[in-house]
Amino acid sequence: MPEPLRVNERRVAVEARNISKVFGTGEHALRALDDVSVGIAENEFFTLLGPSGCGKTTLLRLIAGFEFPTSGAILLGGEDIATLPPYKRPVNTVFQSYALFPHLTVAQNVSFGLEMLGKPRGEIEARVAEMLKLMRMEQLANRRTDQISGGQAQRVALARALAPAPKVLLLDEPLSALDYKLRKEMQLELKRMQAETGITFIFVTHDQEEALTMSDRVAVMSAGKILQVGSPRDIYDRPAERFVADFIGETNYLAGTVQGVDGGRAEVLLKTGGRISASYSEGMTPSGEVTLVVRPEHARAVEGAADLSGAVEDIVYFGTDTHIHTRLDDGSAFTVRQQNSRNAVLPFARGDRIGIVVGDDAAQVLRD
Amino acid sequence: MARYFDVKRQTGFATIAIVTFVLLYLPIAILVIYAFNEGESLANWEGFSLRWFVAAANNDAVKQAAWRSLVIAAFAATFATIAATMAALATTRTRRYRGLTFKYAMINQPLMVPEIVTAVALLIVFSQVKVWTGYSGLGYLILAHTAFCIPFAYLPVRARLENMDLALESAAADLYATPWKTFRRITLPLLQPGIVAGFMLAFVISLDDVVITEFVKSGGQDTLPTYMLGQLRRVITPEVNAIATLFLALSVLIVTAFFFINRQKA
Ligand SMILES: Nc1ncnc2c1ncn2[C@@H]1O[C@H](COP(=O)(O)OP(=O)(O)OP(=O)(O)O)[C@@H](O)[C@H]1O
Ligand SMILES: [Mg+2]
Repeated sequence: MPEPLRVNERRVAVEARNISKVFGTGEHALRALDDVSVGIAENEFFTLLGPSGCGKTTLLRLIAGFEFPTSGAILLGGEDIATLPPYKRPVNTVFQSYALFPHLTVAQNVSFGLEMLGKPRGEIEARVAEMLKLMRMEQLANRRTDQISGGQAQRVALARALAPAPKVLLLDEPLSALDYKLRKEMQLELKRMQAETGITFIFVTHDQEEALTMSDRVAVMSAGKILQVGSPRDIYDRPAERFVADFIGETNYLAGTVQGVDGGRAEVLLKTGGRISASYSEGMTPSGEVTLVVRPEHARAVEGAADLSGAVEDIVYFGTDTHIHTRLDDGSAFTVRQQNSRNAVLPFARGDRIGIVVGDDAAQVLRD
Repeated sequence: MARYFDVKRQTGFATIAIVTFVLLYLPIAILVIYAFNEGESLANWEGFSLRWFVAAANNDAVKQAAWRSLVIAAFAATFATIAATMAALATTRTRRYRGLTFKYAMINQPLMVPEIVTAVALLIVFSQVKVWTGYSGLGYLILAHTAFCIPFAYLPVRARLENMDLALESAAADLYATPWKTFRRITLPLLQPGIVAGFMLAFVISLDDVVITEFVKSGGQDTLPTYMLGQLRRVITPEVNAIATLFLALSVLIVTAFFFINRQKA
């Protein structure tokens, strides 16, 4: 089944087609990637998000050319590059460990790729100066790379990878070694860099907040598979699978039975009583027993009866918002998150019975 | 104060330390001192003189042996360093696999097999080869020295490689460097201190060898150490001390140079 050549009306820069990667053989064989297909658009900030060991680095290494797929194709601008060595791919990488050349200066590190491409001297110098300016590193041009700070090393690694103007930039958890404040700064910097250069970024992280704040689209991975690809909003508001819902943010689960399907929405009779209408992802037809997810901030606690009812178990104040932990009538837990304001006081306390209003379009049917 | 086991406070530590140092350095000190003796004796001091150094410098046999030693060491250390560098690249640029330890052991064979065994084995093999080929030049000594120098050149190169981030080579490949360019521009410059260290170690080890050289050499192929050994069997004069002193100075010089080069590049 060929993938569409466009993603959201943009041309595809990189495409993985039914990629599998198996390490080892026999009983030690490990399927690091299992039939992964994904298209990444030109000029897109695309993030691979998933827990440790799910295959994020492996997918990047396949795109960079450090590994070769066991099966499947990798297309760059429509051409299959799966068998090209790394030095023939117009793809550059920012390594997790930065991997700056310790015997070269900052400027020599940045110029390395251009020299290998055989660019003329003058062009190299101009480009290096431009990159150092972009990174605000002009003063450090002649420093040795072991005489700069972690944040600066990060920027040199970025400049070095961007200097040859690759079609695609791969970034493997580039911020994980930085402390919190620097990390926040670099997140903005990376976004700025991506917007200014117009280069496709494929960014790896296991930090869900980072993924949501930085990306145009996110692919959530688990155990060698891509479970869901979508905008941060899609992924957060409409998780397709329990794993995705669990991995990103906090979630409530509601069990129920599908009563009918109409116009992209399912009518679900909840086990705890009450009916709600829930959306579901494309390509599935919900039926029988299903699980719905509702994000805590997409529900509201009220006095009296509502979509759901339950007893307040705990109320936790967080400054900007309050978490109301309740026990529904079927015994399941449900948390509501409500924004605080100066004069609003919650009209109920621990032990009270309350109603919970699930917002319009707040419930999503999970696959499986 | 932290309480830890301090070996320096144990009874007898000081005594053992002093005895050890005396054993290590006193004989050498005496040897060096008597190199400057005016008289012919190795036991009675008869005043300061450089006559034995002059004698050594004018002794053609000594000069030839010294030159031979340097030639053999230069060739052997060069070949050994090349082989050792390739071996180190091959044994570190790979995932651990069964049989790798065995390969380390194979490469380091000269460190484990008693030298006399290798010497006798080489004597037997080379004497056959000499008969077959008719060649009896320095090649045999160079070959033998190359073989036993390999582990000494191998260890520092491997240590350097093991401390080198493999991602550096990936990064170079990612930045359009072909494998050869990656080796020339990244791997080799980073390895250089290890290679220099390995070369110097191999050089000194080759200069110093007696056992294998004694067995493998043909007539008239004395190196400095085997020449000295030969002299000791006859009349002993402080000339031997003078030669040994020069030899010591050369070794110390090389090892010191090696130490500084290494520290600078680390
Ligand atoms: N060269 C290799 N040989 C054998 N197994 C490997 C190799 N590289 C990766 N793996 C295995 O493949 C799986 C996926 O690894 P990968 O490095 O892609 O994970 P990841 O998602 O990047 O994890 P992390 O967040 O910890 O970096 C892991 O189980 C890993 O042990
Ligand atoms: Mg990884």
